[in-house]
Amino acid sequence: MTKYIAKRLIMSILTLFAIIFVLFVLIRIMPGNPFPVERMSAEMILQKRLELGLDKPILVQFADYMSMLMHGSFGNGTSLYNGAPIKPIMLKCLENSFKIGVLSILFGTLVGLVIGIVAALNRGKFLDGLCTIISILGVCIPSYVFMIFLQYFFSYKIPLFPYFFDPSKFLSSAVMPALSLSLFAISTVARFTRNEMVEVINSDYVKLAEAKGLYGFQLIRRHVLRNALIPIVTVIAPLVVDLLTGAMVIEKIYGINGVGKLMVDAIAGQGVDYNYVLALGIVFSSLYIGVMLLLDILYGIIDPRIRLAAKDG
Amino acid sequence: MNMEKNYTPQKTDFEFISGRNIDVDTNFASQGYWRGVAVHFFRNKFAVTGLILVCAIMIFAICAPLVSPYSYQEIISITGENGKEIVAKSLPPQFAGENQNLFADKTFIFGTDDMGRDLWTRTWQGARVSLIIAFVAIFIDMLIGMSYGLISGFFGGNIDNVMQRFIEIAGSIPTLVIISILAIFMDKGIGLVIASLLITEWIGMSKIARAECLKLKEREYVLASRTLGAGSFHIIFKQILPNTIGPIITQVMFSIPVAIFTEAFLSFVGVGIVLPQCSIGSLIEAGFNNITILPYQILPPICVLAILMLGFNLIGDGLREALAPKLEDM
Repeated sequence: MTKYIAKRLIMSILTLFAIIFVLFVLIRIMPGNPFPVERMSAEMILQKRLELGLDKPILVQFADYMSMLMHGSFGNGTSLYNGAPIKPIMLKCLENSFKIGVLSILFGTLVGLVIGIVAALNRGKFLDGLCTIISILGVCIPSYVFMIFLQYFFSYKIPLFPYFFDPSKFLSSAVMPALSLSLFAISTVARFTRNEMVEVINSDYVKLAEAKGLYGFQLIRRHVLRNALIPIVTVIAPLVVDLLTGAMVIEKIYGINGVGKLMVDAIAGQGVDYNYVLALGIVFSSLYIGVMLLLDILYGIIDPRIRLAAKDG
Repeated sequence: MNMEKNYTPQKTDFEFISGRNIDVDTNFASQGYWRGVAVHFFRNKFAVTGLILVCAIMIFAICAPLVSPYSYQEIISITGENGKEIVAKSLPPQFAGENQNLFADKTFIFGTDDMGRDLWTRTWQGARVSLIIAFVAIFIDMLIGMSYGLISGFFGGNIDNVMQRFIEIAGSIPTLVIISILAIFMDKGIGLVIASLLITEWIGMSKIARAECLKLKEREYVLASRTLGAGSFHIIFKQILPNTIGPIITQVMFSIPVAIFTEAFLSFVGVGIVLPQCSIGSLIEAGFNNITILPYQILPPICVLAILMLGFNLIGDGLREALAPKLEDM
């Protein structure tokens, strides 16, 4: 087990390093320059370049950046209107996004599990059809569209929740974004759970357990759920990624100060802020790779076959 | 099982078959592979519904902008009594002769937007743009992913190792990061959307092609072809490729809604389609900006988006089942 974890860990760190290197090089070799030409003279730009160390060879710059990163700093933003250190802003945004993201993943997985289990136990009946409809809706309606509707009906028509995100009233203003973000998770998890459960319910060992006299909740908990839940772990990783994408638009719509909004501002605002793009790219990539690593390890713990296969291969 | 129990032997069962079909075993008559797939697919109610939905949207997207009296970027206006131009701004849906306003003789099925353009034409033009982007991007993705996966799977060994490590790294860069890098390099517009789809979507395709290739390359017909002196590329593209086409088409059907979604998402965020061009995403964005005053504007593009996503997903599901039917469905 330790060997398996170590192997995965080293692989992830190498991948992350490669990604950071590629991002860094891509951003540095970019044509054009990061400063507004119309507002700065050539000398000012030259001076600014010296200040930021942009005149050094690219590998030296990369080494400098990495050592800065190791000390937990992302440097400053490039643009004139936002040249402040990135880290404090990033931390604040991460906190907001993280809270809402975790809420929606938890809510989505739980509700999805319940719906999937209910559907599998009532397969072919009305509740099963309802579950299918919910999961289809979740797949074909993007989360931000759902968010727009929620905002229109429950903040504008009926002022139940704040119209824009308000950090001082976190709970009531987190309801709508978390709900709309969890829609996709609900539908994916519900669909997957249902299919897995139906497969397990039809398997021989469940029939044997039934023949032994086990029934009801005992049977579901001890025999069906344990085996049906293993593959569900795999769908959660892509969910986290979708969450990042969905959060980007939802944060824009709802005015949440989160990493998604930061990213939108960095690429779609006035002029692209290179250092923000780089910093956000690093944060997103490490988040994604971290989640993948965690799930791989979790998967190895739940299902010994995986780590045995990894040992052989 | 039940069939066997309830089957009552008939007299004809005990007679010799004569005539033309004497050499065909009617009980196990061979059925072409694609014919079987088609039969399974069209027997599936959901899949057929999906197909109808997608076809309907496509027909509208192709025909509606052609038939419409207005072009999608035309600002509709009339000259008023004192020679001033009056623009048909933000009219709710109306049919000709229904209202008493200045534009009583004109039909706006979805109304007009805040610039005075006909939303009916714009919606279908947007659907057309979104569909074109999705088809073009996914088609190229299919070509790239398929070739990559087949080559990687067929040669195996070190080539496969290197190619798979590359995919592993490429696959662990979140889409958002790729898009943001592209947004730096490229101008906003269709090019950016297609490029980001090209870079992200081929990976899934290549994984499927590789898995299929690993399965198929051990088969006898590949060996036979090799014995007859066929080169690797002949075997990959002439022998193996046609047999992997089923799963790949299924994957394409699932990728198209992703592509449509990505386009809508990018245009909504503001790095996709730029005005006066329109797409589903930019229409949703325009509708969202006016949602509190003119809520009807956002409905048509959202409905088209949802129907397209639903339709392609249903087709994908149907195809997957039709290509690998479970025993119980036979």
